[in-house]
Amino acid sequence: MIPVQFDYVRATSLNDALKTLAGGDGTKVIAGGHSLIPLLRFRLAQPAKLLDIAGIKELSGISEYKRGLRIGAATTYRDILDSALVRDRYQVMMDATSGIGDVQVRNRGTIGGGVAHADPAADMPGVLLALGASFNLRSKRGKRVVAARDFFQGTFATALAEDELLIDMVVPPLPRGGASAYVSIEQAASGYALAGAAVVVKCSRKTVTECSLALTGLSDRAFLAEAAAKLLVGTKADPDTLQRVGAAAVEGIEITGDIHAPAEYRRHLAAVVVGRAIRAAIDRV
Amino acid sequence: MPTGRITITLEVNGTPRVIAVDPRTTLLDALRECLGLTGTKKGCDHGECGACTVLLDGRRINACLTLAVMQEGHRVTTIEGLASGAALHPVQTAFLAQDAFQCGFCTPGQILSAVGCIAEGRATTRETIREGMSGNLCRCSAYPEIVEAVFLAATQPGSP
Repeated sequence: MIPVQFDYVRATSLNDALKTLAGGDGTKVIAGGHSLIPLLRFRLAQPAKLLDIAGIKELSGISEYKRGLRIGAATTYRDILDSALVRDRYQVMMDATSGIGDVQVRNRGTIGGGVAHADPAADMPGVLLALGASFNLRSKRGKRVVAARDFFQGTFATALAEDELLIDMVVPPLPRGGASAYVSIEQAASGYALAGAAVVVKCSRKTVTECSLALTGLSDRAFLAEAAAKLLVGTKADPDTLQRVGAAAVEGIEITGDIHAPAEYRRHLAAVVVGRAIRAAIDRV
Repeated sequence: MPTGRITITLEVNGTPRVIAVDPRTTLLDALRECLGLTGTKKGCDHGECGACTVLLDGRRINACLTLAVMQEGHRVTTIEGLASGAALHPVQTAFLAQDAFQCGFCTPGQILSAVGCIAEGRATTRETIREGMSGNLCRCSAYPEIVEAVFLAATQPGSP
């Protein structure tokens, strides 16, 4: 039994959910529960009330939106893997999603739950950063759009206010003729990334003309490595360049060290995954 | 103040079951403690070992990672619901034929996971079976036999 007592309510509609959240009584949103239930067990989260949003239809599903994608917050990883839209256009998201947990976890865990939880070693925040996604948030007070780069603010910390609900994530199209990839090195037991790199590239005659690069698992949050991505542009991604890009990607970042991997090892892994992800993306162009 | 018990209906192995549960009760605890269906095992209770795997609306999930109250009106299949009378499910038969267990603790979860794996179309080669079954740990390490059992069940005539 989960030690801390809480109330449970099932939202009947989006409006109903926002009304409950506006109550400001320590309500926590639950959809798949795959991040939250373990936290409740360890008393790391002690909400007074759980608001179940899994039954709100408009929060799940993937649809084409402005030549990109709109992914509902309560969409399961399984539904992402089953989506032809994602498979055809966003290989970086397929790479990352197919490595999250195991089949049982992917059948139930939701992308919005993982994003709102903001585990610093989760795969999807890096992917959404590299893709330049933006998040639609809503509360009784109104709507707002927050870019992925402004959303992740630290370990388990995001731009979401207490009364706000993550509605969906909007992913713009890849540059024409572009390709993408995600490569991570995981902690063996949990499957969380010790270092993960998400890359979007565009090439012309084997020369990189555009690059977006984001990393996860290395510090208190996933982050965009814009200066490093610029170093790649105009090159043929030769091994020396990849080394430089890999080193630049973590410059100025306070790298986490723990029992799974000391900071120096993570720094090494960062260069490894950055190099591999860039190569994998270029090979797909 | 917390609401106390909530009454829910779950369709368990084809039968509607009405239970009153504390919201903190996981689906796993509801099956074992409220309904006496102890075939679903509690291993790690953290979603890592897969011993509590059940089918929820036909998809395999970890019963320890969802609350019973969240599954109001949904269909749950446990190991107790697989056989039809005395006739074992083909996956159960295959596990016996391949001797795919030692202590047996993880076996109900392995079998439910295998049923899901085959239904998803993942059980086509031994390699895809190994990946598709990676959410189920076996501390006795009967993995080679488990893979053979899933492969046998997936490929034999009249397989599920």
